[in-house]
Parts: sequence; structure tokens; C-alpha cells
Amino acid sequence: MAQRILMKGNEAIAEAAIRAGCRHYFGYPITPQTEIAAYMAKKMPKIGGCFLQAESEIASINMVYGAAAAGMRVMTSSSSPGISLKAEGLSYIAGSDVPALVVNVQRGGPGLGGIQPSQSDYFQATKGGGHGDYRMIVLAPASVQEMASLTIKGFNLADKYRMTSMILADGTIGQMMEPISFEDAEIETYEKPWALTGTNGARKHNIVNSLYLKPEALEVTNFERYERYKVIEENEPMWEEYMMEDADICVVAFGIASRVAKNAIVAARQEGIKVGLIRPITLWPFPKEALSKAADKVKGFISVELSMGQMIEDVRLATACKKPVGLCNRCGGMIPSPDEVLESIRNAEKGVF
Amino acid sequence: MAVVFKKPNSLTDLPFHYCPGCPHGIIHRLVAEVMDELGIEGKTIGVAPVGCAVMAYDYFACDMIEAAHGRAPAVATGIKRCRPENVVFTYQGDGDLASIGMAETVHSAARNENITVIFVNNAIYGMTGGQMAPTSLPGQVTQTSPYGRDVNHCGWPIKVCEMLSTLEGPEYLARVAVNNVKNVNAAKKAIKKAFQNQIDGKGFSLVEVVSACPTNWGMTPQKALEWVESDMLPYYPIGVYKDRSAAKEDAK
Amino acid sequence: MKTTQILIAGFGGQGILFAGKFLAYKGLLEELQVSWLPSYGPEMRGGTANCNVIISEQPVGSPIVTSPDVLIAMNLPSLQKYVDTVIPGGQIYVDSSLIGVKVERTDVQVFYIPATAMAREQHIPTLANMIIMGHLLQNNPELSFDGTQTVVEKLVPPTKAALVELNMKALTLGKDYKA
Repeated sequence: MAQRILMKGNEAIAEAAIRAGCRHYFGYPITPQTEIAAYMAKKMPKIGGCFLQAESEIASINMVYGAAAAGMRVMTSSSSPGISLKAEGLSYIAGSDVPALVVNVQRGGPGLGGIQPSQSDYFQATKGGGHGDYRMIVLAPASVQEMASLTIKGFNLADKYRMTSMILADGTIGQMMEPISFEDAEIETYEKPWALTGTNGARKHNIVNSLYLKPEALEVTNFERYERYKVIEENEPMWEEYMMEDADICVVAFGIASRVAKNAIVAARQEGIKVGLIRPITLWPFPKEALSKAADKVKGFISVELSMGQMIEDVRLATACKKPVGLCNRCGGMIPSPDEVLESIRNAEKGVF
Repeated sequence: MAVVFKKPNSLTDLPFHYCPGCPHGIIHRLVAEVMDELGIEGKTIGVAPVGCAVMAYDYFACDMIEAAHGRAPAVATGIKRCRPENVVFTYQGDGDLASIGMAETVHSAARNENITVIFVNNAIYGMTGGQMAPTSLPGQVTQTSPYGRDVNHCGWPIKVCEMLSTLEGPEYLARVAVNNVKNVNAAKKAIKKAFQNQIDGKGFSLVEVVSACPTNWGMTPQKALEWVESDMLPYYPIGVYKDRSAAKEDAK
Repeated sequence: MKTTQILIAGFGGQGILFAGKFLAYKGLLEELQVSWLPSYGPEMRGGTANCNVIISEQPVGSPIVTSPDVLIAMNLPSLQKYVDTVIPGGQIYVDSSLIGVKVERTDVQVFYIPATAMAREQHIPTLANMIIMGHLLQNNPELSFDGTQTVVEKLVPPTKAALVELNMKALTLGKDYKA
């Protein structure tokens, strides 16, 4: 077994990115993710990489766009208000089919909001954020170990499907320290014949572009992209099931909320309530099948979220509203306590969702 | 038979879409001739803007990328930091470079980013149909300044070369024009220097090309070139605004 | 050993987060599951600071400590804020040189240590936190005092190696402290 070391979630992302072959980082300071930039600023010059603090989030995502088009593993990181500014670039990256990794260590919103943990960018991450028809692969780590492993996975998937992978974390997972080991890092590499390298007079020029003035051509491009998305939806959903074998109540939660939920589930089991957890690890593609199957067994769902209830819509869609779905939530930087989740579970046991 | 005139290799065979009398064709050609002469077509990566030159990616035969409005210097930065051995240039208009993209322009200059910027200043938004640009002259009539640009209401035009020359960062800032043969020849020299500077690792080199927009200025091409001479150049004088290496030579 | 939830609270600059890291590393050394969660943001810049540490034989669920088994209060506002959250039978460590009041609860074990005064006397004024840590280890044999040197060496940057000895001095003072 590789040595376990203690690391902050944000630092784990940075170290994992470097191990995944990322040598270019462009960012702009914002709480609570700045440790990622600080780590990169320290490490990159020593390993022949490039850390550059851009003049804005907008500039940094466009630097990412350029570097991605040049065929490099590249990333940026920010927190909620900064991701709003990056939305333009995310749309261009999607429209140009280049791979990138973007980290959102979420804080409370809307507006300047707060700096405490939140999950209220779920819609922004999974439904759009930028303009146009596009998707991002959205990975939701629930531990420092997953901050690292999903960063590596995110780079692999981004290259495989030529699109953005987003790590959707929150202030808690970003700031906390846990033991971590880097033993299983599996780095995949993909040919990038589309990359901007200079023609060297050996081929026709490559063009990285998202402009199609002929609507027929744009439609075809979007159709093709969605064919690729379909493959992802079939092959890439990831989730964890916890005490679901005999459960008749299913809690659905991701990230920090799933950890609070686990405490509540352990407590509820001690009271004899058969409750389990489905934890989506990929928020897009959403683990629809797992939830759909659960809907045939359980009497209802509780979506535990650090938002006004965003993932709950996907839970309802995935279960085709076959069973009731309740919401247990806090927002604005507040985190539900295990007792609050336990109370929701007790109510669900009585049929109140 | 001796070839006396041919299309530069650094341009594709695609016909330009530009309006009759538009100097973009001349400026594209100058950039392409410079790439040919320096033998860098195979290692050059160009960044196209949003604006009339948006489809420059189809015209230049080198690798090309299309940037969001104003973001070309940031995109170029990303590419150049990944591929320092390649030659990276942006081709931007006045709305792109001096309005929505001003932050990217100023900061890439301040970082002395080793890229070449071709800045086409024709004092108007062409692609969207003739709106006021950050470089529209005082009193200039446009679609969004129908009574003439009122500087008390919407401020003064921005002189990009003069402004950037106050920064320590940039290596080379020059303003040229393409309204007559003499100026076209001088423009090419400046563009060539801006590319050569990058090859020599000297840093941020921007050439502002004072251009014309007959269509949106509501003038014949001939009249538009005259207006460049009579109205544009007095406000935007031709010249070298910064040349760090030359200044160092002089100091010796 | 059960799951131990520890809350350390005080002013910024008292080494609250460092003390938490020390415990987390100690747990790691004992091959236990650990989590460390700091308060962050404006609080870091001179106000109050606190830090949640969980040490457990099981994987750690929520890293947020709401009902601590152990509270370390290094100033009065922290004691007042958190005293009632400690579980019955829990432990409270009070820096009695900074906190004049006594804990009124009778269902918890309270340890009063004049850590800041002791640290000052011993010319290690910034290490009151580690004096309390030493006493905490002494009272919790499952964490044990063994291996603390290794933990301190991990925590102190190589450029400040001299601090290892001073930290060990503070930990030992705390271990040997008798009320």
C-alpha cells in the first residue's frame, strides 16, 4: 500500500493534476479554492510547467481554451462567482470540442453570496451556465482522496471525449485534510491530431472553431456532439450505493451532503429504519439507472442538498416520479446537520416526504 | 516565364468575403507575405477575432483558432505558453481589442507576452453593421452615434499605441496605415518587425493598422482612403510608439 | 476506540489549526481514519479560529463536529460558544491563564491548564497550544504520547528545524502538568 499522507482537498486536486500530466494552469484568486493556485505557483516552475495568474477569470478560461487547442492537458479552478465569468469560455470550449479540466469549489450564492460551502451551482454545472447546446462531464468528490482520483479521471475523460470535465466540489471538501494516497493513478493518453501544433508544411491547416454561419452545418455539428454525449451517458455514470440492499428509504446526496447523510443513516439504522444512500459521483451523466431501479424497491427518496433543491429535479426525472421525493436542505453556506437529515428520514419512515 | 505576382503560400485559395474596397484583404496579404518571407507558415498559429475578420481562420493557411470577442490575446497566451517554439499572432479589430478585450490587451502587453498582435483600427464596428467603436472619432456619425460621437456623453476615442506605450512591458508598438502604396510598404515592414521580434524572443509586438470601412462609413473606397488621410491620421498619427530594443541600441 | 470528535477554538494566531493538524497526524500515525476541517475566510485574518478534528477506527462520515467529545477552548468567547455542545462525559480543556471563569457543567471532565502563562515562563510564548496537546495525549492513552517526535518533525518545515525541540518541550510540559 502506498504511503498515506495528509492533504487539503484543494492541494490534492493540484497534486493529482500534475500527476495526470497537467503542466499548464491559468487562474485568478477567489476563496475558497486559492490553495490550488498557490500549489501550482510553487510546483509548476520546478517541473517545467507554467502557472500564470491571469487578469480575470474570463482571461484565464480563454488561456485554457488556447492551451487546450494546442493539445495540452490544462486546467483552471475557481469558485462560484468566478465560474459565472468563465461561462463564456466553457461554451466556446464545448463548441470547439477541446478538452479541459475546470474546478469549481463552490460557495454560497447568488451574487457575491458568501464564502462558506454550497452546492448551489448544480444547475450551472449540469444544465449549462454558458450559452448553447452543450454538456460537461461533472464529477462530485466526497473526500480528499476523491478530489485526487476524480481529477485524474476528469483529465482522462476530457481527452477521451474532447470536452470539459468539471470537478464540482465545495468549500468543505476543498479546505479539509484527510489521508490520501496516490497509488492507483491511471493516466490515459489520447492522440490529438486536431491540435494546433503548426502545420510544418506536412498537412492542411487545423482550425479550432465554434462558428458555423450555415445553420445546417451547426445543426449537424450539434447532432454529432450529442451522439458522443449519448455514449457518455451509457458508459460513464458513476455512483456509490451505501446500505441499499434492504433499504426502503433512499437518501440521494453528493459531496459533503453525502457524508452528513451517512452519519444520519447510521443513526437511523440504530433506530431500526431501513434507509440507504445513493451517492451520484458523476452529476452529468446522472446515474439515472441506479435511481430508476431503486424506485422499484423503496417507498420514497430524500434529496439532501446544500441548495434550495436543484439535484432533486434530476432525482424526480430519473425515477419518473414513481415514488415521492422529499428535500432536506440548507443553503447560503449552511450545512445540514446529521440530526436534520435523521429527522427527514424519520418523517419518511412515517410516509411524510 | 518568370512569375512576377502570386498569392502568398500562407493564404488559402478561398476568396475573401470582405466588402469591395475593404483594406482587410491588403492587411491579410501583408501578414501572409511576411509569414512567407520569414518561412514560418509551418510553425505559425493564428488567432482570429470576433468582428469582420472572424473568418480569418479560413484565409490563413497556418493553424488557426477562433477566439471569443476580445479574448484573442488570452487565447494566444495559452497557446504560446504551451508552444513557445511556435509563432503565435492575433488579428483583431478595434471593438474586439480596445473595447471588450481591453483587459486582455493591456495585460498581455504588461506581461510582454511573446506574441504578435495585428490591430486593425477602422473606427467602427463593421460586422454588426456600423456601430460606434472605442476608436470612432469625435463627431463621427455611426448607427449608435447618429448625431455624431458626443464626447461629453460617451467619452473620447482611445489611442491604443499611446496608451500601451506608458507600460514597461511591451517590446514594440507601431501605428501604420494602408491608404496609399507608400504607407502599405511601410506597414509591411512594421508587421515583419513585429513577427521577427517574436522569433527573436523579444516579446509583445503590436502593429496598429489604420484602416477604412467604406461600407459603414458610407463612402466610396476612394473617398474612404481620403478620409483616412484627412481625418483619421491627424488623430491617430503614424509612427513607432515604443521600440525597446532600438532604444537600447540608441542608448549604447 | 470509538470515534473521537475534537473541536479546537480560540483566536487566530494561537496555533489552533496547527494543534488540529498535530492531532490529525497523530491519528494517521496510529493508522486511524482522520479528518481535519478548519474555519476559513475572514476569520483567518485575526478573528476567531476553530478547527474540527475527527479520529476514528471507521471511515469518517461528516467532517463537521457538531457534538464534540473533546473541546479545547483557548479564549473565553470560544468556551462560551461551545461549552454546551460537548457531549455528556466529554472532556473540556481550558487555557486558564486566558479564561477566568469555571465550567458550570458537572457532566463533563474539565482540565484547567494555565498554558499561556506556562509557555511565557518557559520562553516558548507561541506554544501554549502544544502544552494543551501534551496534556490531552496524557489523558487519552489510546492516542498515546509515543511517536509525537515523528509527528512534530512532519509538521515543522525543514527550514525551521529548531522548532521541533521547542514543540517537544511544550508537549512534555503539558504531559507532566499536574493541576
